[in-house]
Amino acid sequence: MEFLNLVLVAPIVDMIEYPSFFIEVVFGGLMSGVMYSLVALGFVLIFKASGVFNFSQGVFALFAALTLVGLMTGTVPFTLNKSLPELPAWVAIILTFIVMIGLAIAVERIVLRPLVNQDHIIMFMSTIGLAFVLEGLGDTIWGSEVKALDVGIPTGNFLIGEIQIQIFDLWAAGIAAFLVVVLAVFFQYTRTGRALRAVADDHQAALSVGIPLKNIWIIVWSVAGLVALVAGIMWGSKSGVQFSLSLIALKALPVLILGGFTSVPGAIVGGLIIGVGEKVAEVYWGPLVDGAIENWFAYVLALVFLLFRPQGLFGDKIIERV
Amino acid sequence: MALSEQSIPEAILSVENITLSFGAVRAIRDVSFDIKKGEIRAIIGPNGAGKTSMLNVINGFYHPQQGQILFRGMVRKRMRPHEAAGGGIARTFQNVALFKGMSTLDNIMTGRNLKMNKWNVSLLAAMFYYGPTQKEEILHRQFVEKIISFLEIEAIRKTPVGRLPYGLQKRVELGRALAAEPDLLLLDEPMAGMNLEEKEDMCRFILDVNAEFGTTIALIEHDMGVVMDLSDRVVVLDHGEKIADGTPAEVKANQNVIDAYLGVAH
Amino acid sequence: MLYRESGQFKTSYSADQAIFPIRQDNWAMVVFLLVAFIAVPYFGTEYFFQAIMIPVLIFALAATGLNILTGYCGQLSLGTGGFMAVGAVACYKLTTGFPEMNFVLVLLLSGIITAGVGLLFGIPSLRIKGFYLAVATLAAQFFLSWLFNKVAWFQNYTPSGTITMPPREVFGIAVTGANADAMDRYLFCLVFVLILAMAAKNLVRGPIGRSWMAIRDMDIAAELIGFRPFQTKLMAFSVSSFYVGVAGAMALSLWLGSVETAEAFDINVSFQVLFIIIIGGLGSMMGSFVGAAFIILMPIVLTNVMVGALGMQAVTAKHFEFMFFGGLIIFFLIVEPHGIARLWQIAKEKLRIWPFPH
Ligand SMILES: Nc1ncnc2c1ncn2[C@@H]1O[C@H](COP(=O)(O)OP(=O)(O)OP(=O)(O)O)[C@@H](O)[C@H]1O
Ligand SMILES: [Mg+2]
Repeated sequence: MEFLNLVLVAPIVDMIEYPSFFIEVVFGGLMSGVMYSLVALGFVLIFKASGVFNFSQGVFALFAALTLVGLMTGTVPFTLNKSLPELPAWVAIILTFIVMIGLAIAVERIVLRPLVNQDHIIMFMSTIGLAFVLEGLGDTIWGSEVKALDVGIPTGNFLIGEIQIQIFDLWAAGIAAFLVVVLAVFFQYTRTGRALRAVADDHQAALSVGIPLKNIWIIVWSVAGLVALVAGIMWGSKSGVQFSLSLIALKALPVLILGGFTSVPGAIVGGLIIGVGEKVAEVYWGPLVDGAIENWFAYVLALVFLLFRPQGLFGDKIIERV
Repeated sequence: MALSEQSIPEAILSVENITLSFGAVRAIRDVSFDIKKGEIRAIIGPNGAGKTSMLNVINGFYHPQQGQILFRGMVRKRMRPHEAAGGGIARTFQNVALFKGMSTLDNIMTGRNLKMNKWNVSLLAAMFYYGPTQKEEILHRQFVEKIISFLEIEAIRKTPVGRLPYGLQKRVELGRALAAEPDLLLLDEPMAGMNLEEKEDMCRFILDVNAEFGTTIALIEHDMGVVMDLSDRVVVLDHGEKIADGTPAEVKANQNVIDAYLGVAH
Repeated sequence: MLYRESGQFKTSYSADQAIFPIRQDNWAMVVFLLVAFIAVPYFGTEYFFQAIMIPVLIFALAATGLNILTGYCGQLSLGTGGFMAVGAVACYKLTTGFPEMNFVLVLLLSGIITAGVGLLFGIPSLRIKGFYLAVATLAAQFFLSWLFNKVAWFQNYTPSGTITMPPREVFGIAVTGANADAMDRYLFCLVFVLILAMAAKNLVRGPIGRSWMAIRDMDIAAELIGFRPFQTKLMAFSVSSFYVGVAGAMALSLWLGSVETAEAFDINVSFQVLFIIIIGGLGSMMGSFVGAAFIILMPIVLTNVMVGALGMQAVTAKHFEFMFFGGLIIFFLIVEPHGIARLWQIAKEKLRIWPFPH
């Protein structure tokens, strides 16, 4: 009885008694949720268009953030020597995007092309290798110490009633939403975007649109690079650019399970659910078991979810044939 | 025709009023027919007629929305794959479904899995290997070797099947199915994509299996010549419906069948 | 003597099904055993045992486990570290809880307990495959790490949170604890690992191995010819976890002595073992050993060359190691997914028909 009270009743009572605190917790969760969503979005884009499950998406974000900081601080690659001119944020962002496109081309050329038609699991493992390469490369070029990133997103906070709101968080959410809208427009209204959607549905159809598969892959990986860049900027500005960024990004995996591997809305909703879920669980149930359940909550939630709905909230139903 | 359908006593399997849909696609609509012990039964029809789906219903991979299956006196709303396999139904696939990473020998050995003594190949015995497991392996290896020489594939015994040409792969797949000593053998386009010589070999194997082991065979085939030569009776599907059932000669003369084949571009 | 099958006719199926059908391979095996049991102990130093031979053997065993699941049964796992932790903790709890228990039995029981846990996390494989499953195994990794860290019972309430293996003897010789001689620990590992590896080899060359490979190569067809996919996968999960668990128990007891579980068996260990089987060879038992040797030796060589000889900084060498292994993974997946073991086999095939390649 005592136990049930502790687990089921007390936390709920807490939530109701101090609603403003609860709302703050949910807000905080939404913020990490936005980050998860962004990384998950990169996964989904690549998965839909090329069937590759890109484990290195999180490291993409780290790599982009490292490059951005390096350019902004005028670091000479491979030397840690800061003697180049410091670039303004917007120039550095554009240059970083160009670097990400270069990366997409390299990945297509070196990794994907030789592995085309291989088992999914082989492709997946190759992206684990890619993650290691990029992590080592990023650190070798730019150094591995924690770096501060400030591209000029306003900070500070204000109160609504009793609820404290971080201005940075609002910006982050706004930018993420803007990015999603831009992507939606791109996929809905441009010729290339429509072709990409066609590939996702049917490779044969895509070829008849007249875009070679290799270009499609480069474009998609570049777009995913852009998404990674945005994720990297926001995460980096909030908690510094560091290795742990790529580990946190692993959380995008359960997000995908929740949302479905092929669904963009799924990635977004899934990210928010996981973000809020793990924060609320940590704050209200964490103390019962000495905390840190954030580390695994998302994965276990996804695991339980898998048992009931393997295709995710919005994913396509999996059909098998012989 | 109605009369021949009545002769249930000697049917090894009959499907009754089977209907199968995938969402809006109705792959099979209210189809009934039977397969008699010892015969070669052909299932023909234009592309997308529902032939493969029918085999999938018979061995439990697809679950029909309506109808039932009678197999050796058991009535089933739907088969379960291992039930079908355990009951003596083996099959080959339209797109070869061999185990690519394994050798010809190992592929055919997998066909013996249900014939092995459970205790002799249980986890601990198999970890130790020498003793019961080895005895069991050798016993079944001897049977498999008979199939290998029957199908004349001695030379590729140890070759990973992924490296074999298509025609040989189909032959190995037949071997895997035969290894189960099936009572009912389902063959899904066993000769598709073969050259003339390979086709003749395959025909010979099918007839031999039927004659020597008394195996009942259900065969999907597009080559009309082959169907006419091999089969005792033919059932014709079109757009999921049964449009004819009878001896090859009867079916050939049937107006519905002629229309179906002329109406669909091949 | 040429490397030939010719003149070595098999007169029985049992000879044909032997592990090393070619006589020269048998001799190679004999040489290997002589080296491992006589030359290495004779010449080896404390450092050599502790930093190279023992970890190679333990990681080879863990890789054998993962290879069963991933290489043979086709189910990817990123939770190897978590399952090694289960083995280590089980070993610790068993030795401290039952001081009289024989150490060999402790190791085996640790494996069996891990098998049970592995079975539990294998249940999702009923409905999901491939990288979906990888996420399930990540759940195992993070959840188990957390569990062993947070629940003090698993550490016998020691304030530091580390678990320390008490001294134990086998046949009167100390093999664990501070006073156990490195060579004795090595020899014990060697015997134990070789026996378990032999059992694994027997499994994969027999009916059970075929059922795993059938599921890996074409699960639907496997089901339609009578294999039960779920049972088969669960068996792979538990056997695999058994091996991984024993490896974890050995890592604590025979190698490290004292660990902080969550740190010693973190997700990097999972990747490390995965890399071993990719580099050594997916679906090759010998590959697990070759890969383990490679992954233990390579960083040592790299550090010696880059830091020692070229005077680079240690962190740079570490970053380079990341790139090196990542690149190697991609290389092997592209060029030869069956790893070094397969490259070796190809070399042997060439040798077998040499000098007439056609
Ligand atoms: N798993 C599935 N999901 C959805 N539709 C399916 C599935 N399997 C079969 N169908 C559909 O059912 C219909 C019948 O297909 P089936 O494969 O049985 O035809 P078939 O007679 O074997 O044709 P073919 O001669 O081309 O092999 C087709 O319209 C096909 O698209
Ligand atoms: Mg078909």
